[in-house]
Amino acid sequence: MQWLNTILQGILLGGLYAMFAAGLSLIFGVMRLVNIAHGDLIVLAAYIALVTVQALGVNPLVALIIVVPAMAGIGYALQRGLLNRTLGDDLLPPLLVTFGLSVIIQNGLLELFTADSVKLNAGAIEIASIQLGGGLAVGTLPLLQFGLAVAVIGGLQWLFYRTALGRAFRATSDDQSVAQLMGLNNAHIFGLAMAISLAVVAVAGVLLAVRANFDPSIGPARLIFGFEAVIIGGLGSLWGTLVGGIILGVAQAIGAQLDPGWNLLAGHLAFLLVLALKPEGLFPKVQG
Amino acid sequence: MTVRVEHSNPSSRVGVVIVAVAFVLLAAAPWWAERASLRLLAEIYAYVALASLWNLLAGYAGLVSVGQQAYVGLGAYLLFALAMLAGIHPLVAIPIAGFTAAVISIPVAALMFRLRGHYFAIGSWVMAEVFRLLASQVSALDGGSGTSLPAAVVLSIASSRQMREFVIYWIALAQAVAILGAIVWLLRSRYGLALTAIRDNELGARSNGIDVARIKYVVYVAVAFGTAMVGALIFLQKIRISPDTAFSVNDWTAFVIFITVIGGIGRIEGPIVGTVVFFLLRQTLADLGAIYLLILGAVAIVVMLKAPKGIWGLIADRFGWQVFPLERRLVMGDR
Repeated sequence: MQWLNTILQGILLGGLYAMFAAGLSLIFGVMRLVNIAHGDLIVLAAYIALVTVQALGVNPLVALIIVVPAMAGIGYALQRGLLNRTLGDDLLPPLLVTFGLSVIIQNGLLELFTADSVKLNAGAIEIASIQLGGGLAVGTLPLLQFGLAVAVIGGLQWLFYRTALGRAFRATSDDQSVAQLMGLNNAHIFGLAMAISLAVVAVAGVLLAVRANFDPSIGPARLIFGFEAVIIGGLGSLWGTLVGGIILGVAQAIGAQLDPGWNLLAGHLAFLLVLALKPEGLFPKVQG
Repeated sequence: MTVRVEHSNPSSRVGVVIVAVAFVLLAAAPWWAERASLRLLAEIYAYVALASLWNLLAGYAGLVSVGQQAYVGLGAYLLFALAMLAGIHPLVAIPIAGFTAAVISIPVAALMFRLRGHYFAIGSWVMAEVFRLLASQVSALDGGSGTSLPAAVVLSIASSRQMREFVIYWIALAQAVAILGAIVWLLRSRYGLALTAIRDNELGARSNGIDVARIKYVVYVAVAFGTAMVGALIFLQKIRISPDTAFSVNDWTAFVIFITVIGGIGRIEGPIVGTVVFFLLRQTLADLGAIYLLILGAVAIVVMLKAPKGIWGLIADRFGWQVFPLERRLVMGDR
């Protein structure tokens, strides 16, 4: 029963990791950009939520109404103003520029908010739980988070395959120059892709901030979790990232159950195992 | 009539003389510099070495790793383990640590090379995290809290404190010179021609019959060897080690990347110029704390976008200078 509970918690945690991964996967799919600052942007979203909650006195989940558009705006501006200039055949510029961005965001937050860890309080919902019988119980908040993750990924899937914008995303993904010939403005499309990616990041950041303590330095670890979920699930598959996130979450939960020091290590080992046995991931779609 | 390949030009002849004079002056530093300056110089040598190795990896072989702290930390931990647990003399332990790290890097590379291009970068970071977490599980070296070298080990380097500092200083200088020398030698060899071709156009290199995958593999393992030895010496000088300092992404990767990018990636002089700029900035801006890193990150982004070849790239393009005799010019006729 203990183990069943552990696995259940791991699955729910996996929803959050899937959200870290979905934003990363989306922009890689559209413009072959790996955003090393992704994790720090998640933390930035958490701090924007913190400021919103403190200024307006609203529940963190309500703050999403402000954080999501704010992050989407930052994403569009970042892409048009900076990241579009790095795209091309050369691997170095996007990697190094987003790496520099990661260091800038991390140290900027450190300067503004100090290294003290903080947490958002979502009120009574935090301690509410649903009894499943047989001694099993799930927290309402983790369940809500998981539901949100599924909804976000479902929404992205719909956007990608059922809308005109999704068609534009897939077109630029397949061949940038042909997409441009067909009248698409790639710079704008990329801006929108980054805006959507950071809107997802905003949701993930708020959920992270409600779930646990955070401080400016935790971004890179979130990037790594998202990245591992992407690789486990298979590049370019959105539902794959959900499975990848769940596998990672369960591995970490089992590791933590065995020995607290094995929490993160178990997750990394699950990732390395998939890389060794099935390097294209469990549900591969596009070739990187 | 014969055709020769000429490596040097007038600027590199001057350059080699300058480098030789600088080497003699720096080797004599214990006689003219005070203790704090010696420590600073040793740190500069370590960064020149680390940045040159990263430049070889990312600038030439196209393997953009953000996880080289894995090998700095691995080398450092191997040194501490060899010296404290196996009783090996610390100076002997440095090359053993490098060799062991190189052996470990072979299966690591096999796994990491399954990740294409961009994802290799983050994969290398995961590997560094795995190493860090494993190091904090080693209870013989006090796990997560870290440990210090016992006095007996420190005394075995040299009995007087002054002599110890001199010995470590000279080894740091020798190490940086040896690594730079090895890179110059490598770039002048036929592998260097292949590496330069890979740097300029990987697809073109492959279509000219270069075994790109094998060369990348060799470079990765060689860089792991060098990086681990530098890491071992850095922490021999620090005497104290902990997983967070030994596997620090800021100290051993962010700084190293910024140095290389600002100095000029894909050129051997770049990391040297970058290290000088980095330490000048640090000496003037270090009081600013987090803001200093923020400025450094911003400068690196601007350089990457506006002058992707870095400071030395601008100079070399403008004046045609090279410090080390690396270029290849065909000369007709006998000497």
